[in-house]
Amino acid sequence: MNDIRTIALIAGVLLLLTVATAVGQFLARQPDRGLDPAAVNAFNLRLRGWWIICTVLAAAFWLGTTTTVVLCGLVSFWALREFITLTPTRKGDHRALFWVFFLFTPLHYVLVAYDRYDLFSVFLPLYGTLFVLARVAMAGDYKRFLERTAKIQAGLVVCVYCLSFAAALLHVKIRGQEPGSGANFRLLFFLILLVQFADCMQYVWSRMAGRRPVAPEVSSTRTWEGLLGSATSTALLAAVLWWAAPPFEPWQAALVGFVVAVMGFAGGMTMSAIKRDRGVKDYGTLVVGHGGVLDRVDSMCFAAPVFYHLTVLVAGQ
Amino acid sequence: MLYPAEPMPVEVAPPRRAATGRGAVCRAAGLTLAALARLLSGASVRWIASQPDTCQRVYFANHTSHLDALLIWSSLPQPVRELTRPVAAKDYWSRGVLRRWLAEEVFDALLIDRTDIKVHQSPVDLMLREIGSTRSLIVFPEGSRSVTGDLGEFKSGLYYLAKKRPDIELVPVHIDNLNRILPRGEFLPVPLLSCISFGPPMWLEHGEAKASFLARARKAVQALKE
Repeated sequence: MNDIRTIALIAGVLLLLTVATAVGQFLARQPDRGLDPAAVNAFNLRLRGWWIICTVLAAAFWLGTTTTVVLCGLVSFWALREFITLTPTRKGDHRALFWVFFLFTPLHYVLVAYDRYDLFSVFLPLYGTLFVLARVAMAGDYKRFLERTAKIQAGLVVCVYCLSFAAALLHVKIRGQEPGSGANFRLLFFLILLVQFADCMQYVWSRMAGRRPVAPEVSSTRTWEGLLGSATSTALLAAVLWWAAPPFEPWQAALVGFVVAVMGFAGGMTMSAIKRDRGVKDYGTLVVGHGGVLDRVDSMCFAAPVFYHLTVLVAGQ
Repeated sequence: MLYPAEPMPVEVAPPRRAATGRGAVCRAAGLTLAALARLLSGASVRWIASQPDTCQRVYFANHTSHLDALLIWSSLPQPVRELTRPVAAKDYWSRGVLRRWLAEEVFDALLIDRTDIKVHQSPVDLMLREIGSTRSLIVFPEGSRSVTGDLGEFKSGLYYLAKKRPDIELVPVHIDNLNRILPRGEFLPVPLLSCISFGPPMWLEHGEAKASFLARARKAVQALKE
């Protein structure tokens, strides 16, 4: 992965983070500028979280494909933990949940690690679903049966299945590139960057120009203006950075950026709806200032499969 | 009056083994199990208007899972943990070689015979004898694990403990969600996230009646649930 583009991309991100950190520290030392100190504080905490995330990611990239897949698996595991913790389950779901956590999730990632697209693309949505239905039925508790099994399935698909497509990017065969080379890592990096940027832009555009919330009952801060602004800005960024993502032409990169932003927005809305229903704000307290793991990866969960399939479509031409 | 209000002269029997004198294997096993329990239960530990301290305390908690005592024990900082002994049921924990080894050697648990409680051989006297003037205890005043996850009525042991040793700090502890991680009757855990909350210490008020003290203690645990 020691090629010039990868290094340029990493250096760019480091520079961006350094500048943002410097600005954040500067703002924190200017109490009488009329800035909201809570917002500055939130910004700085968020940056600290990003430093942690970037460090872990860089370490995984450096250690290779399998390590990155394992890391992604651990993130899935933790996200699923948060998801099921906030979802009321009954005692009859206990055994099914045990196998979901300790057999289905790891096995799915083993299939991803061995690049068995033929199996991992159907394993969870098909066999995972069948297992959950049958095991919960056999536990003998039929109360709200469909509702309970649907909850477990939704958790599996969103937290494990969808997220694993990010890891699966490392195995995509790109014309003219060695499989598992720096090009694949750049693709993954590109996706993470776009998703994070889209999240950020959504927040900024909603704050600056947001007037009409998409669904005020679910989230008052996610607006049509935010969605449109974030999708356009992300498309622009993707077009500028097209050289980093191997199979894409600039216009294709822009389209991918647009779609990633829209999907990320959809993921955020979905998780907001679940959180609203459960009456909580954040999913956990693992990384300071960053809600929980699920709060960080919700947009990624929705964007990763689309990004994966668009990449395969373009790279397979 | 059966129980004098001032501290009874408690004969300070040294603990069977000094905490620091445990074998290296037992210490390692204790640390490993504590780490494993923390990892598996994803427990976040909160001290609400309360601080960890090595002074003599009785931690009293709601009881929903076999992991309860282990988890409270592992949530305490190392120096406090060394001094703290869980109180456990003899009928369960002395069955089998592994369980007995875990209870007696690793956690230095104080095993109470639930089936053989007599007036003259009351578990409270035994507890007080065993902890001397240095060690702390983890107790579950409900007596047994709750089936529904709701907080049951407290048994009177906590009251007599407080009455005989009014100097000991009583620390309420609430364990949230552990009953979903390892419910009663299951032996395979589901690794959800749980939360352990330690509340501010309380004492038996002068002349406080048994029922009102137990209700107050129960409310203190309930209050930590938020």
